[in-house]
Amino acid sequence: MSKKITIKIDGKPVEVEAGSYLLAAIESLGIEVPAACRYPFLPPRPVCKLCSVEVSLSGGEAKIVESCSYECVEGMDVRTNTPAVLEARKKALANMVNRCAENNLLKDIAGQMGIADEIKFGKELCTCIYCKLCIRVCDELVGANALSFKKGKVKEEEGESTPIVLDESKCILCGACAEVCPTNHLRIEEEHDRKLVHHDMELGPNSAISLSFRQAVPNVPRIHAEDCIHFRLGGCRVCSEVCPKDCIHYDDQDVIEEFEVGTIITATGFQDFDPTPMKQYGYGKLPNVISALEFEKMNNAASPTNGRIVLEDGTEPRAIAILHCIGSRDENYHPYCSRVCCMYAAKFAHLVKEKTTAEVYQCYIDMRCFGKGYEEFYKRILDEGVTVIRGKAAEVIPARYHREEEGKLLVCVEDTLISKFREIPVDMVVLCTALEAHDNASEFGRKLNISTGADGWFIEAHPKLGPVSTTTDGVFLAGVCQSPKDIPDTVAQAGAAAAQAMKLMNVGEVQMDGAYAEIHQEFCSGCKICNGLCPYNAITFEEDKKVSYVNPALCKACGTCVAACPSGAIEARHFTDEQIYAQIEGILS
Amino acid sequence: MAKPKLAVYWAASCGGCDIAILDIENKILDVADFFDLVFWPCAADFKYKDVEAMEDNSITLTLFNGAIRNDENYEIAKLLRKKSVVLCAFGSCASEGCIPGLANMFDKQGIIDYAYKQSPSTVNPDGITPQTKVKVPEGEITIPAMWNTVWTLPQTVDVDYIVPGCPPQSNQIAAVVEAVIDILKNGKELPPKGTVLGASEKTCCDECPRERNVKKIRKFVRPQEIKIDSKICLMEQGLICCGPATRAGCGAKCVTAGIPCRGCYGLPAHVRDAGAKMISAVASVIDATDPEEIQRIVDTIPDPMGTFYRFSMAESMLRRKQTT
Repeated sequence: MSKKITIKIDGKPVEVEAGSYLLAAIESLGIEVPAACRYPFLPPRPVCKLCSVEVSLSGGEAKIVESCSYECVEGMDVRTNTPAVLEARKKALANMVNRCAENNLLKDIAGQMGIADEIKFGKELCTCIYCKLCIRVCDELVGANALSFKKGKVKEEEGESTPIVLDESKCILCGACAEVCPTNHLRIEEEHDRKLVHHDMELGPNSAISLSFRQAVPNVPRIHAEDCIHFRLGGCRVCSEVCPKDCIHYDDQDVIEEFEVGTIITATGFQDFDPTPMKQYGYGKLPNVISALEFEKMNNAASPTNGRIVLEDGTEPRAIAILHCIGSRDENYHPYCSRVCCMYAAKFAHLVKEKTTAEVYQCYIDMRCFGKGYEEFYKRILDEGVTVIRGKAAEVIPARYHREEEGKLLVCVEDTLISKFREIPVDMVVLCTALEAHDNASEFGRKLNISTGADGWFIEAHPKLGPVSTTTDGVFLAGVCQSPKDIPDTVAQAGAAAAQAMKLMNVGEVQMDGAYAEIHQEFCSGCKICNGLCPYNAITFEEDKKVSYVNPALCKACGTCVAACPSGAIEARHFTDEQIYAQIEGILS
Repeated sequence: MAKPKLAVYWAASCGGCDIAILDIENKILDVADFFDLVFWPCAADFKYKDVEAMEDNSITLTLFNGAIRNDENYEIAKLLRKKSVVLCAFGSCASEGCIPGLANMFDKQGIIDYAYKQSPSTVNPDGITPQTKVKVPEGEITIPAMWNTVWTLPQTVDVDYIVPGCPPQSNQIAAVVEAVIDILKNGKELPPKGTVLGASEKTCCDECPRERNVKKIRKFVRPQEIKIDSKICLMEQGLICCGPATRAGCGAKCVTAGIPCRGCYGLPAHVRDAGAKMISAVASVIDATDPEEIQRIVDTIPDPMGTFYRFSMAESMLRRKQTT
């Protein structure tokens, strides 16, 4: 505990900590002190001198000091409102005002001091008040040392507009300087004139420490190390300073935890098909051609548009095309139907009709509205005036026939119901991209001893009779990782998988099939040919006996090792060589 | 008491088995001392009619080496079976066909045509081929007819025991001889019929001193193509070593010396077809999933039939190549 001392401010005794800065004590009494160079995360430095007060120590002569960086001393007598103080502040203000263009910050301070009429701004065009906050924050907090004052006068006649010099090689584009600039002189501006970049939308804030999205579970922020000043340059640490619960630990590392479990439910979901390779649709090249998930994000109330459907230029679209089967039902990409697109496309159309006055065109191969209430929903969007065109869109191109079409898109599609080729001008194109298996699904499957099909989805034990179990006992499947399915189907399958897992856990033990491979160790010579073959990792080598061993609880009786065993030491119980020979001989006799 | 009688015969064989018997060093004196040698064409002059004159079951033990591939082989096999108490298929040719058995990859005419007419080293402008009969001034003489198929001894006559090996190792022969003498001397019970003598129940790997790991093969090579690591399993180095599918008993001599096992000690105890087993094992350790890549790797296997069925062709389930 630091020592408490008593000082007098405008005649009132105040108890403060020895060594604390005077300004805090003054403000604690509710006395307003003007300031133009303060930032809470930088140590005070008397630059603007607006916080000047009069101090006399132990009855000595009064002197003018900057209260922001003046330390309290026992028995000091502080005056904040003497003519000398006012004079000093006026002088300090005049110093700044003379050197910059008109700005609200200094005007407000002048108003606060009651001298709004007396100030006269300089002829300069820039509003930099030389508070040095930007340079200090860059040096002291960020550590980039990218900013400095120009030496000599700003030559406005030569086009120079600021006394701040930026070393672009050192700048990390963190934006801290713009954040602290009290007059908004320094700004971070994007070079393009797009109001919104659909591909870069984030749900919720996108600062370096933020929630992933507002409904995230657990609802705690995380640090994006690649954007965080601290992780990039080692400085800053502002978030840990402001956190009242001391929750921010920069040296936390990813931790791999191991659990021993009896059952595993695999619910790894899917990845969104990237339509960039389908150049005919212009995704990633043409503005306002967006993927279904990007459209969905934009519609979220927490999106940068607050749920409004807008084009890149910020205006509302007048016509939107929704293209089905992008990457699905396509021999070049995925031959399967992604199952969910028709219905979310219908939902999109409904949302557009609800939120805007835009026309909606749906280009589809087949409208697959197979679930409960789905057909009815489809009818409803037809009643809402959505135009449906039976035909897969061939191409999306920029419309260039007329000047007024600038920025519009043309969707080229054959309407197969009327045998007509159509070019539909729209403002926005939504691509209903396929659901596809994760790139590393088979690698992950190998860890669980479950296999993936040609499309990459995990294979269930039986398509009709074992839709949630796998060939590995205790490993179950739920959701899209098994095959594309919508939310009701996923919930149903997840429930079934959970029930299957519970069933095993409830019993606490597993029943084994009588058929499994067995190594007759008296005939095994330990050649290790079988060791790398078992798809279920059931074979181990017993170093002490120099023979291999099949764990019957893991063995699935696939017979791979039996066939491979060159010494005939492995026997497939219930499928022995002798049985098979006898059957062959029986057939041939 | 009369000495037990011993016969040794060679059918279609190279003579190595006879040499191997002689190679048991001073133990041969025990043999001579204990047995009354009644028939051994390689080592002493006996005539078939001597054997024919013997009473049935008068020979205590016959060691029969060589495969059965002509009338003479078959006649003598039948004769010795009749005259012997214990008939032992001795060596690889008698028990599984061995190198002569590879003739089953061809037919008789094909073999004669190649050997007497087509082979690059043949000079035979008159196109003379072997005949079973020939007229000489003294009259017509015959020689035994060669068969289209090479058979093993157990395929032609009832055999009591098998001593594998090409040739059986001297120490194993000595051990077998000692055991037989012991049994006969002390009136012990003979091992069950069909027992493989002078070998173990495990495979060559059991005797191999090399370090073994999980095998993943991307290319098969011949011994001269690589510098062979002296410590590691030969198969892991891409050499096709038939040791895993070959009965132990030889003492793993070849593999210890750095030459892959060729499989002369025959089938392991629980294998019906060593070549098929070996093919299955080799196929299992090929490290590729792409069919074309697998084909490329398989194509590097030198002489598959001669590699996998070098000793067991005649005995295998294939038995011979189908000819029309």
